Amino acid sequence: MGLHTIHSSPANTAGNAAAEEVLRSPERLLEIYYYLLLTRMLENKVAYICHNQNPQQPIIIGKGYLSTGQEGISVGAAYALESGDWLAPSHRDMGALMVRGMTCRQIFLQYFARASSPTWGRDGNVHVGDTSKQILFFISHMGSNLPVGNGVAAALQYRGAKNVVLGCFGDGASSQGVVHETMNYASVFKLPIVFVLNNNRYAISTPLHEQCAVEHLALRAAGYGMPGKTIDGNNVMEVYRHVKEAVERARRGEGPSLIECKTMRMGGHGTHDPATYIPKEEFETWKKRDPILGYKNYLQEQGILTEDQEQSIKARIEGEIEEAVEYARTQPMPVAEDLLKER
Amino acid sequence: MPNMSYGEAIRDGLRTAMRADENVYLLGEDVAQFGGVYGITKGLYDEFGARRVKNTPLSEAAIIGEAIGASIAGLRPVAEIQFSDFITTGFSQLVDVAAPYTFRSGTHLPFVIRAPSGGGLRIGPYHSKSLEALFFHFPGLKIVMPSTPYDAKGLLLAAIRDPDPVLFLEHKKLYYELREEVPSDSYEIPLGKAVVRRPGTNVTLVTYSAMVYKALEAAAKLEQEGISLEVVDLRSLVPLDEATILQSFAKTNRAIILHEAPKRGGIGGELVSLLCEKAFDYLAAPIIRLGAKMTPIPVAPALEDFYYPSVDEIIQAAKRLVQY
Ligand SMILES: Cc1ncc(C[n+]2csc(CCOP(=O)(O)OP(=O)(O)O)c2C)c(N)n1
Repeated sequence: MGLHTIHSSPANTAGNAAAEEVLRSPERLLEIYYYLLLTRMLENKVAYICHNQNPQQPIIIGKGYLSTGQEGISVGAAYALESGDWLAPSHRDMGALMVRGMTCRQIFLQYFARASSPTWGRDGNVHVGDTSKQILFFISHMGSNLPVGNGVAAALQYRGAKNVVLGCFGDGASSQGVVHETMNYASVFKLPIVFVLNNNRYAISTPLHEQCAVEHLALRAAGYGMPGKTIDGNNVMEVYRHVKEAVERARRGEGPSLIECKTMRMGGHGTHDPATYIPKEEFETWKKRDPILGYKNYLQEQGILTEDQEQSIKARIEGEIEEAVEYARTQPMPVAEDLLKER
Repeated sequence: MPNMSYGEAIRDGLRTAMRADENVYLLGEDVAQFGGVYGITKGLYDEFGARRVKNTPLSEAAIIGEAIGASIAGLRPVAEIQFSDFITTGFSQLVDVAAPYTFRSGTHLPFVIRAPSGGGLRIGPYHSKSLEALFFHFPGLKIVMPSTPYDAKGLLLAAIRDPDPVLFLEHKKLYYELREEVPSDSYEIPLGKAVVRRPGTNVTLVTYSAMVYKALEAAAKLEQEGISLEVVDLRSLVPLDEATILQSFAKTNRAIILHEAPKRGGIGGELVSLLCEKAFDYLAAPIIRLGAKMTPIPVAPALEDFYYPSVDEIIQAAKRLVQY
């Protein structure tokens, strides 16, 4: 078998005992469901505020950048991490931020640019992170956090720690030179890092076929001498399995992997973008493959999720979100002098 | 004469240049059907087709590289970098490859890099920067920063027809805020010609891009207090119109240099040196530089407003100078 494999059918392809054990545990499966729903509902709230606020006196400063319809990738990948592992998020990784312990309060404080946000109102929306939770701060320059992920991985390797880094990026970002440098570099040093490529078919308005001349971006892994896999990003269990396998490989000191997760950006680039350039049929097709719906069906078939449980999870999340919005709304905005405060 | 916004005038400039010269073509991220994230190239794909309005992968180094190579091969590419902040990922192409090319080879590179620049839109450290000083340091790059719709079109046409690389930095806050009459035919404003936006006698204020409007606002207020501020809009930083600056200073003997970019290492320092070196005898008071604070550009409104020099600071500076 070559370095690149395509996994299109849900199966125990990864053959990873630890992963399979998790995927047999109803509690863990429900926890994954909670994170999927939390991500969806949190971002729905962000979108709602963006679309309904007074533009003259906005509560959300700037736009919302959502991962709707792609939550399976971010949640599934982050769920494969252990305590002490690091995350280098992309701008579509709300799920991973949640799984790795960021709170709804932090996210709304950030979106509202409040003085007590993770960036003290200095940056906004998804330009966020939390060093205390081993989450790098996302920066706009696409792909630019991946070499930093390498750096964290190098430090882990240096200290002999058994931890790994999850480095996330998009199909558009994959066209940056720095991404190529990062992959090659990681492979040369066998760094404990797993690259998760969220291939959502669009980079702003640019469709995949104008971005790259190959169907599967994970093919590139072969050129770096690391395993590459193309998987269904809308199947959260598959994402979890494959990332888990790659994470454990990295943990054993066997080096990086590239996992391309196929999905679809189910809306505009941000809340300001009606995405009129995407054919309606494309959305319709992908809507049927919604990662949360698919997963919910699975849980119900397995008898793991009852309608009552579903309602109570949703109610719990709604409560968490409302509480966080109210909290963030009442926190002070930064004042001018805060600009020059040393942090 | 049609009434155009700053953004529309830029689009009209592109259209005018493309109709006149088959060698002019556009490239950049999302510039084709979508028309770019600020809509500046909207409609040009429909008129000129995919050959001349070309979407690229998300690869600034390759975009700038294409502009360089295509210009060597006889075309006049106009590349859009989605936000000037992202030029940095193609920095080496611009400053290492393009800037010294003609010096080393005698071969000219007639390309333009257009990019939305500047802040004030609450979009933070990665979408608001004014990077002109960075490029000012490299011999071989021209830098144009228009402040009005009329100038934007005329300067853009001059930039596209210029034989050398031009960095055309558009202020994104002006795209849809400003309207004025702009000729629909072709005209050029020569690079390196500043303009006096408001004549005055007491203090010279040298600025460019959107800061022109803060300067004019300050000038109007100062007039009520009997202080006459002359506002010089540089329009291009390279080439620099030293003559207009020196002429104004010879009259007022007092100067403020104002820009949106951080004060430290900004164009202001260079202009102070110019006055010290070439007009020391005219100096009646210390020259004042006003620029942004030395922090990244913040999102929260109070922070961002505090970050830039304010109209009030300009007024205070002018008063200090006349009272000196
Ligand atoms: C170096 C760089 N160039 C341009 C941009 C502007 N930009 C922001 S997001 C984006 C598209 C990113 O596409 P992709 O990586 O596929 O992520 P997606 O938004 O589709 O999830 C672009 C071009 C940027 N952020 N960084």
